[in-house]
Amino acid sequence: MTTETSKMLKRRDFLKMAAVAAASGGTLPGTIASAAAATAKARMHVVIVGGGFGGATTAKYLRMWGEDAVEVTLIERNPAFVSCPMSNLVIGGLKQLEDITVSYDNLKSKWGVKLITDDATAIDVARRTVTTARHGTIGYDRLVLSPGIDFVASRIGGLEGNQERIPHAWKAGPQTTLLRKQLEDMPDGGVFAMHIPRAPYRCPPGPYERACLVANYLRQAKPKSKVLVLDANGEIQSKKGLFTQAFERYGALIEYVPNSALQSVDAASLTAELEFDSIKADVLNVIPPMRAGNIATTAGLPLVNDAWVDVDWLTLEAKGMPGVHVIGDALFPAPAMPKSGHMANQHGKVVAAAILNLAAGLPPNPAPVVMNTCYSFVDGKNVIHVASVHQFDADKRQPMPVSGAGGLSAAANEIEGKTALAWARNIWADMLA
Amino acid sequence: MKLKIAIAALGIVGLAGLAHAQDPNLARNLAATCANCHGTNGKSLGGMESLAGEPKEKLLQKLNDFRSGDKPATIMHQIVAGYSDEQLALISAWFAEQK
Repeated sequence: MTTETSKMLKRRDFLKMAAVAAASGGTLPGTIASAAAATAKARMHVVIVGGGFGGATTAKYLRMWGEDAVEVTLIERNPAFVSCPMSNLVIGGLKQLEDITVSYDNLKSKWGVKLITDDATAIDVARRTVTTARHGTIGYDRLVLSPGIDFVASRIGGLEGNQERIPHAWKAGPQTTLLRKQLEDMPDGGVFAMHIPRAPYRCPPGPYERACLVANYLRQAKPKSKVLVLDANGEIQSKKGLFTQAFERYGALIEYVPNSALQSVDAASLTAELEFDSIKADVLNVIPPMRAGNIATTAGLPLVNDAWVDVDWLTLEAKGMPGVHVIGDALFPAPAMPKSGHMANQHGKVVAAAILNLAAGLPPNPAPVVMNTCYSFVDGKNVIHVASVHQFDADKRQPMPVSGAGGLSAAANEIEGKTALAWARNIWADMLA
Repeated sequence: MKLKIAIAALGIVGLAGLAHAQDPNLARNLAATCANCHGTNGKSLGGMESLAGEPKEKLLQKLNDFRSGDKPATIMHQIVAGYSDEQLALISAWFAEQK
């Protein structure tokens, strides 16, 4: 088919024509006839597990682009969406949890998504079913897993089962509020110690933004205190120069210590044991090592490093598992692709387009593009960004960052402080409104 | 009947050729990469420019000015550099069609 022909005939019009021709008794070539038959039978049912940046976007865009060709069920354990991006502002006392919470109501009422508030506990790929904790077993034609990350707390001695005493606050919600409360209760002169796991982890700049926003609060409320950043990595993992400048501006309020892999913790005394050091904290915020969300790691999906799901980048299907799509932080990333909410939203659009093409008997888009922007607050007003654009490389079979594109803020600035908040409003609406 | 002629023509060309053709929704898919910041279908909730319904030539001129540096930006000059001229033209035309 020529480019002109494909431009003349939009897919939906094409299928309508095919269906009309079939109904009027016209003879059709095999592929067209089967595509028409597919639209005539029951609608395709897509089940999505996980209603974060990836899953919620997929749900909305499948219904917006596919309209009545597709029935969408979203299984999400939380009754409302709470955003990880901007949650450091809650920890720093600049926003409330309600400011970063968005309802799922529009997905239901405006977009006709069936929402099931429950845990997905198992997948049967052969039978094409998902089992839930309280809503039985649900059949699907195609499955989209957007399970985010889960923690491997067992890799740090003494951490497992102690997340109330030693919060991670790396999934927004009650943990965010808990860490804020601990910070408020900390006496002046106290030590807020935080631990960053080895990369890759969710939201590369997030821990450094957190250090800044905790220090921003301490500077005003408890100036004799200190943020101690124990980084398992050898250096700052994102926006290094800009965060280094920000840390310097906080002076003695922030102490950054690279190569500080946490060996164990003592929950009773809030002691962090490093290889050669032992640190007593007043608040201990350990971001544990992480891997793809549990439903992905227990379902027999292909994992890289026993942690992240390996996918075909045109359809986002798990390799060797047609019909099971995986997106977001759970993926083994393409080169320079961050684990971010923005990127998960972009994956959601690629997978929605691919599923609708496949349902119509078309190949997936051979040239998908995804991009990322990430804003970090270094204080209450000033923000720094990192951006990248990733174009699919047909030879490498994966998206590659475009050389010469993307980059960083020249310096922290107030203009991007406003842009960051506008970004949040618009991306939350792009997923959920 | 024009309809049957069109269907027959498609049958002759065959669908196999599609594997190497441009996706019929390429412009829509590319434009969706902008929606995180500029709103679904280019309809911003505020704080970012709305793109929906803006004339194609105006959008394309702005994008080119970001690329050349004629229009100062915090981030758009870095993002525009990631897209080809053809992609930017498709994106601009698609947003221009949104009401």
